[in-house]
Amino acid sequence: MKLITSLDQIGDGDGSRVGGKAVALAALQRTGHPVPRSLCLTTDAYELFVERASLRAVIHQELGRKRFEDMRWEEIWDVALRIRNRFLRAPVPEDIVMAVETHLAKGLPEGALAVRSSAPGEDSEGASFAGLHDSFVGVRGLHAVIEAIRGVWASLWSDRALLYRRELGIDIDTSAMAVVIQELIDGVVSGIVFGVHPTDPEFAVIESVYGLNQGLVDGTIEPDHWTLERETGRVTAHTSPSDRRQLVARAPRTVVEEVALELRGSPPLDEKGLAGVFEAARACETLFGVPQDVEWTIADGRLVLLQSRPVTTSTAGEGDKRAWYLSLTRSLDNLRLLRERVELELLPAMDREADRIAERDLAALDAEELGDEIEGRRAAYDGWVDTYWRDFIPLAHGIRLFGQFYNEVVRPEDPYEFMELLAATPMLSVRRNIELARIASKVRENSELRGLLGAGQPGDAEFELELESFEREFGDAVFADQQCFGDRAQLVRLVLSLAEAPGAATPASGHGIEGRTEVFIERVDEDRKALARELLEIGRASYRLRDDDNIHLARLEGLVLAAVEEGRRRLRDRHDDEYLQVDLDDVVRALRNPNLVMEPKPAHAPPVVEENIRARPRQLVGQPAGPGVVTGPARVIEGVEGLFAFQPGEVLVCDAIDPNMTFVVPMASAVVERRGGMLIHGAIIAREYGLPCVTGVPDITTLVATGDRLTVDGYLGIVTVL
Amino acid sequence: MSGDRSHMEILREMLASQLLGVLGTHHDGEPYTSLVGFAASDDLKYLLFATGRATRKHANLVADARASMLVDTRTNRPADFTEASAATAVGVVEEVSDFEREEFDSLFLAKHPHLESFVHSPSCVRLRLRVSVYMVVTRFQHVIELHIDS
Repeated sequence: MKLITSLDQIGDGDGSRVGGKAVALAALQRTGHPVPRSLCLTTDAYELFVERASLRAVIHQELGRKRFEDMRWEEIWDVALRIRNRFLRAPVPEDIVMAVETHLAKGLPEGALAVRSSAPGEDSEGASFAGLHDSFVGVRGLHAVIEAIRGVWASLWSDRALLYRRELGIDIDTSAMAVVIQELIDGVVSGIVFGVHPTDPEFAVIESVYGLNQGLVDGTIEPDHWTLERETGRVTAHTSPSDRRQLVARAPRTVVEEVALELRGSPPLDEKGLAGVFEAARACETLFGVPQDVEWTIADGRLVLLQSRPVTTSTAGEGDKRAWYLSLTRSLDNLRLLRERVELELLPAMDREADRIAERDLAALDAEELGDEIEGRRAAYDGWVDTYWRDFIPLAHGIRLFGQFYNEVVRPEDPYEFMELLAATPMLSVRRNIELARIASKVRENSELRGLLGAGQPGDAEFELELESFEREFGDAVFADQQCFGDRAQLVRLVLSLAEAPGAATPASGHGIEGRTEVFIERVDEDRKALARELLEIGRASYRLRDDDNIHLARLEGLVLAAVEEGRRRLRDRHDDEYLQVDLDDVVRALRNPNLVMEPKPAHAPPVVEENIRARPRQLVGQPAGPGVVTGPARVIEGVEGLFAFQPGEVLVCDAIDPNMTFVVPMASAVVERRGGMLIHGAIIAREYGLPCVTGVPDITTLVATGDRLTVDGYLGIVTVL
Repeated sequence: MSGDRSHMEILREMLASQLLGVLGTHHDGEPYTSLVGFAASDDLKYLLFATGRATRKHANLVADARASMLVDTRTNRPADFTEASAATAVGVVEEVSDFEREEFDSLFLAKHPHLESFVHSPSCVRLRLRVSVYMVVTRFQHVIELHIDS
């Protein structure tokens, strides 16, 4: 077993041990191209690390919880987060540390290094994944190098890598990762060149930045971009970035800086520089036989090639949401802008639109106008749903960015410990619950009022005013196409239940959070404390907005439903009730055509039961999403009625929990959800109230019935039906 | 179950593909397990196996007919934790009556033809586990009970 090797010992046939990147660098070096001095930690080292820490079984267990195809993006995030955390916490075998130490001392200069992934099969033609795995630049000292190696190994199981390798078939037992450790060339200008444009074979592309290449590759720094004729190298187009900044190595790590004023107006490459880079791409193409995607840098006037791999052409029309998914992986800068846009522009605009719609008096519209109004409201709502997916969901990445940072600093046993720092200000849903709890506590303390309400009488004037105020602020909640607080009597029953619930859970928002925050910040290196605070702030905003945006959106949905309900009311005057299980489109059609006869909806066919054999769930596996173990009767929530029938101590079982219906959570003993992930609403609210929670349990709402006794194990992610 | 092969399918496939199962019996409360070749009846109500009359398992079963049988698809790799399935059948073992021997032999020997002389030996007893429930485990911890109506 050879753990580490130098480039001159690598041949073209060593790809499975050293990965595509190392093989290409070795070939470039052999043929006289300038490349950085490099070492390669072979896949044997990865194997040794994984073997000693039994990580392969961990990966099997994490990826085996359900079929990969059935995992939602939140679940893939979680799987990758948990695997990464195990990699971060596993000890690196002493043999590897010693081998790296010895080779660093004799093979590379002191100072900043780059530690890059070199996965076997990664940079081969047809399977080239630019930027798929992690690379670290500006790494100094043995300890930092070992940590960077660990990070590269873990990136074999990042969510991006998992998604990309899905089609290739992820083979846990044979997947491995080699690591290239290079001297960091302190380039003044860097970039990439595509020997052929990924979508237009007539052209080549050069992108360039001042400073180090990593800023360009990870999207932090916007580059200058040139298109060139592939045949002649003639430049046909040049686009300048909006602002020229650079990534530079400043001990102990890299930083983003403004480019010197005198350079800011000029592109990093002149005509001669472009020609040199283009020529290098041609030379690489000749060497490897296919057009190359080459990373390069210029230092001391010399062009150095950092890596070379085949250009992958983008395959348009891929069915899944990969492109969208990858857009979720956003830089801090990008998230900063997105947060501003969501908080300052989009949410206020959505509220203004809802205000405008709410002003329109439905009763004053004739049938035709009401049909138009319903469609208009639906169009407005659909538009905001698009915005939700485009802008609000990607903001959730802020939670994750902070989580990754926290886990790297703290290496906690619980990879979700970071979430305790995120609930600094209550989410709208929690504020709503606090308000309900306040009203309920008044009822609890006032036996006369309790008696009145229990007998179905109205409460005293103060109580009624409080309810009105609550309805005004939170009355728009919609769940499963029904308004939650449309019925005053139901709301009163809910308040009574809350008043009678002994020891209802209380939210954790803010409790002791400042102290914990400071403990965390203390652990961060001095020069990264500001970054830690900023990531935390973005994480907190993402956490809050992730829940709040649903509440804002529900207001619009409620306005659509109110208009549809008005339509149904008018149709009831025209038809028998039994014909009126009509959806929105039918309501609109019927309003526009007074002669339309509604067809009764066909009854659902009963499920087919296998002869002589009855299936009964015993133990269902999901993902651990809130620590704790509890046993209680299930309440399967499918609509608003289930919410208002909720009894204290029941286990909330739901297909997809929505912040609009989490007002029952303080009464629940645990939360179980079919959708998976730690960033879904069920998990967030359960953590807030300190309840055991299991998410991602397939078919939970059909396998379990209201009244079944369940044990919810939020440590292991298991639900047992007793 | 949605997106997953049904547990019935998994069970049928496992019972058809696996040659051996682990039979669980006891003697005065002291547990005992043994590997046995088995075959399942088409309706999954019975798991058929054979043993010598002098064996410990047979003695145990004569004293208490309650038994279990574990059948699984492990391959002794880490992937087993998530890829292997297992089923524990629980029920009561009964001796196959003379007039059911032919049916037993056709099912059992179709799967284990090399056991013909063993089964036909005078000291061998043909047995069947009348299953009341199968507990089917997939993905390490996902457990569904399949109750067989008698």
